[in-house]
Amino acid sequence: MESTIVKSVNYNAYFGENHVVKDVNIEIPRNNVIAVMGPSGCGKTTFLRGINRMHELIPGATAKGKILLNGEDVMEMHPIFVRLKIGMVFQRPNPFPNLSIYDNVIAGYKLNGIKLPKAEKDKIVEHSLSRVALWKEVKDSLTKKGSFLSGGQQQRLCIARAVAMEPEVLLFDEPTSALDPISTSTVEELFHELKKNYTLIIVTHNMQQAARVSDRTAFFYMGELVEYDVTKQMFTNPKDTRTQNYITGRFS
Amino acid sequence: MATSVNNELLTRPDTTSGRVISSSKLPDEVKGTTRVRRSHRQIRTENVFRRTLTIVGLVMVVLVLGIMITLVVQSMPSIRSLGAAYLWGKTWDPVKDVYGALPFLIGTILTSFLALAISIPFSFSVAIFLGEYYPKGWFSDLLKNTVELIAAVPSVIYGFWGLAVLVPIVRSFESSIGANSIGYGIFSSSLILAVMIIPYAASLGRSMIQMVPANLKEGAYALGATRWEVIRSVILPYTKSGLFAGVLLSLGRALGETMAVTMVIGNTSIMPTSIFSTGNTMASVIANELPEADKTIYNSALIELGLVLFLVTVAINMIGKRVISRFTNE
Repeated sequence: MESTIVKSVNYNAYFGENHVVKDVNIEIPRNNVIAVMGPSGCGKTTFLRGINRMHELIPGATAKGKILLNGEDVMEMHPIFVRLKIGMVFQRPNPFPNLSIYDNVIAGYKLNGIKLPKAEKDKIVEHSLSRVALWKEVKDSLTKKGSFLSGGQQQRLCIARAVAMEPEVLLFDEPTSALDPISTSTVEELFHELKKNYTLIIVTHNMQQAARVSDRTAFFYMGELVEYDVTKQMFTNPKDTRTQNYITGRFS
Repeated sequence: MATSVNNELLTRPDTTSGRVISSSKLPDEVKGTTRVRRSHRQIRTENVFRRTLTIVGLVMVVLVLGIMITLVVQSMPSIRSLGAAYLWGKTWDPVKDVYGALPFLIGTILTSFLALAISIPFSFSVAIFLGEYYPKGWFSDLLKNTVELIAAVPSVIYGFWGLAVLVPIVRSFESSIGANSIGYGIFSSSLILAVMIIPYAASLGRSMIQMVPANLKEGAYALGATRWEVIRSVILPYTKSGLFAGVLLSLGRALGETMAVTMVIGNTSIMPTSIFSTGNTMASVIANELPEADKTIYNSALIELGLVLFLVTVAINMIGKRVISRFTNE
């Protein structure tokens, strides 16, 4: 049995009075790819942003319950430490426009005020960019601005930026929805590589993507975690009728 | 429903070419349908309306050009007889017909830049506080309205407050550090100006900071940055040209401010020797001496000061606008 890395216990999230995530209990095994899917407004992104405490950055947003990372409740930890252990990649590629590709990769260290010797920075940059299969493409243009890259490259740069911090978990919020099909498949291939070292939680509204890349899938509907199972099982033999309806395209 | 469609048909030429097709040339299908009738008079009204707006606009342009031409024409006697030496002459003595503007140029530059230096920490703090830290809530509303009010208070009120409160404080401060304790002077003027120019840099800075894309900020937060680190490493680099433009607008205001400065600067026409000296700015000397300038050359020398001030503030405003538009187009 694989060990659990993230576990939520009765997790609830609110925007003011609006109850958007309801009593979610989920156990996520280490070095797996977990897809979180569901129709728009089902709370999947809010749940994801709850895991690294990004949810509460929005004014009026609150959360209750526990999210355990290696048994430790992240709700009790300072958000800064949580976010160092749990990296995040967003829907739209967001490299820092004023920084070079090189500086974007080590932006996390810079932001946190950590000064590293040049040799070590070089190592982190090469290592992180190699992890996202971008090193060969950009190694001769590291001093160029990150915004010179294509959308798909920018997104991989953002993944490299998260990877550079050596987190344990990587969260992806619809990471390919702003990308073209070729960039999408490059990023999807990355997931298989990345899960050797990290645990990946990917929010997607693309069912085919969930089926292609994930080991397990969670289906959210109206703020509830309706079903959570091994992906193959979920797509061939869903237990809940709502899951079945969603998978067969009766609502989206 | 039919009405609105036909109205759109009728008025469409305005929106594309900026003019209405004259009524006699209206093609039949545009004149109306069985359900909608537009009279030729209505279309003529539209023409009158457009002409009125154009004329009003032209009047504004002519007015500003007129001011500039007046300044140039009226300062010609001074420009002709004094030449460029006017700008670096150190002595201003109308009795002996000696006109050197340097003391006022120095006075203006000293008060404005000192005021800028004092006000920037405040205006940037307000901009960051309102733009990023607490954009909503009763305290931000209070602060925002107060800062906007600073710009709305008539400058004679600042001058009065300067006379009544600031000058005595500055005087005791000066005597405590052993400077000549007058109270009036460049330092007092800079303090007053610093307060008056805060809103310009603050409100422009605030709107620039609010324009920083949320996904950039979130990207930094997700890497474990604190709020201060996000402000320092993401927001400030992203908005630096906008903040600079705000500072320029503040500077333009400081250079031209007249009333409050005239009331507290001490109005002496000698070269200032320190920031605690009394002095005059270009604006304050004009306000003080123009009513009693009976000789043509005296009058003209003062107006030439006005011309210099006008050109400098116009240049600063134009640079500021350029920076803003470049920033917002990026």
